[in-house]
Amino acid sequence: MLAALVDLNHPGHYLHWGFIQLSVANALVILAMLVVFALAIVIPFRASRRQR
Amino acid sequence: MTTQVPPAVDPVETPSWTGGLRRAAVRALPPEKLLPDKQPSYVASWVYVFGVLTLAAFVVILVSGVVLVWRGPSWWHVSKVGLFFNSIHLWSVELFFFFMVIHLWGKFFMAAWRGRRRATWITGVVSFVVSIGTAFTGYLSQQNFDSQWISTQAKDGLNSVGVGALFNVMNFGQMLLWHVLLLPVCVAVLVGLHLLLVRHRGVVRPIKVRSAVPARLGADGPGPDGSKEA
Amino acid sequence: MAEETQSLAEASAEPDDADWQGPKIHYDLAKEFVIALVVVAVLAVIGAVVFSSPDDRPVTIRQWSQATPGDFLATAVSELDGSSPTAGYGPPYNTATGSGQKIFFLNPQQWIGVHTPVDAAQDFVLSPLALSAQTDPTLRAALARYDAASASDQQAWTTAYTKGLDKVQFSGTDVVLPARDYGPVAPMMQSLLSMARTGSLDADLLASPQFYGTDYTKPLLFIADGSYLADKAQAQHLSGDQWGMMNETGNFPGQAWLWLYTMWYQIAPFNSSANADALVWALMMLLTLGLALLPFIPGLRDIPRAVPLYRLIWRDHYRRLAEEAASGPQAGQPPAARMPLR
Repeated sequence: MLAALVDLNHPGHYLHWGFIQLSVANALVILAMLVVFALAIVIPFRASRRQR
Repeated sequence: MTTQVPPAVDPVETPSWTGGLRRAAVRALPPEKLLPDKQPSYVASWVYVFGVLTLAAFVVILVSGVVLVWRGPSWWHVSKVGLFFNSIHLWSVELFFFFMVIHLWGKFFMAAWRGRRRATWITGVVSFVVSIGTAFTGYLSQQNFDSQWISTQAKDGLNSVGVGALFNVMNFGQMLLWHVLLLPVCVAVLVGLHLLLVRHRGVVRPIKVRSAVPARLGADGPGPDGSKEA
Repeated sequence: MAEETQSLAEASAEPDDADWQGPKIHYDLAKEFVIALVVVAVLAVIGAVVFSSPDDRPVTIRQWSQATPGDFLATAVSELDGSSPTAGYGPPYNTATGSGQKIFFLNPQQWIGVHTPVDAAQDFVLSPLALSAQTDPTLRAALARYDAASASDQQAWTTAYTKGLDKVQFSGTDVVLPARDYGPVAPMMQSLLSMARTGSLDADLLASPQFYGTDYTKPLLFIADGSYLADKAQAQHLSGDQWGMMNETGNFPGQAWLWLYTMWYQIAPFNSSANADALVWALMMLLTLGLALLPFIPGLRDIPRAVPLYRLIWRDHYRRLAEEAASGPQAGQPPAARMPLR
């Protein structure tokens, strides 16, 4: 396509586990969701601004 | 209030539909509840930001969508600028679902439907479902190979449940109008309702831990779900 | 403020739907929204600049008939003799009974009836040929002969033609078949192929009663009856049995949120059922209803308590509650605050 720095229009890459068939792109998105969710829970939130 | 004032009917109490509506609205959502600048001390986790991130993604989707609407459905196939805005539209949709699903996970693990917040949960789930439909019609409105393949595949599922007659995925005009008008309006209304409910009830409080009072996650008193704690 | 608020323990002991009277923090929702908007906008622009978006060109009948004329002819003759998927589809396109998926004994596909009428032989083959026949006497004669023939003769010709296509060869634009009696079907198909190659069939199938058309049902059904579109999709991992609904062309992420819907098609009994679509749709509607009504479902709504992620999310709250309890029970403090929390 025009002007994309990374061309994703090449034939896709796919992961297979048994009946599961997942594109690498989707797998990365899902993995990123899990990582972001985990980080959101673990990383402390600006707790110091509490007002009593 | 002085005794000199004639005992005229208090304007606030004048019976009228408009006044009643205003009073009900203010009662449900007084300004400090609608736009509070303080939150309970337990609202201290990054998990809380995914709702607003989803909302922000929705705004970016709408803005990029309006740009695409401005020049019509064929523009982005032939213009670099059009393709750029189509790309923003695509990636903001990916971000929208990315954040929305994390928001859903977070609210699930917080059992955020407690305390008469079930309607909030339900409007959230319905928003999710309608958003999927909106994205789906977007794929059908692309006028490219994707649209051809997705529409000719999806027709069987829709036909099999009797919906295909009224919702013809191979009718580009119909799908485009659903995508740019009907469904976004539905999502906007649902999300608006969801937000008002969130503000009305406030942020769900932490699950009670080993309290003397058993906390029932689904319950907010006697009702259809007032089952015993497992 | 401190005097007016309840202690953490007192506030926590209130019912879940009571207004929080305990300690509060400053939380600037408007600022949070603006920051979120900037973050998302920046991420979307980065996605657009770095990756752009996919736009594989659509398949045309012209392209199909030029790339795989044999597949085009096989599809066209199956439309003519009623053996194509569209011809045998049933509602909402026609009254054929071949299809019509069932959800156990329910057949919702039949309930609404024919709403988008498609007569495969007429719409895909005979009507376009009749247009072309206006300036082609040979084709006109062939069509007249086909129309006048008995159903069994028509069937014999199309069956012979379908068999002949196994050994079809192409000499330039001419269809070369083994010598058999194809009746008028051979010249008809030759003409249809010629029309398709020039692109006029694309236009004819779109032609609607009015000048402006936005309904692509007919050309899409015709193209989808052939193998060309499906083969292209298969090569891009877009087929139903390849988890295709959640995939996108190239290396782009697709609709990952359709993973559950997609998954059912891969496993028994759906992957071998003739009613797969109906059953999967019914199941997904049920599951979606279940998600929406989760707060009412005992067991499911208690999962968050069993998977104590909430203890991590609210760890500060529980710690402060414990600290408050450790600093000595105060009068009127509910038992909850005195309990060890970890």
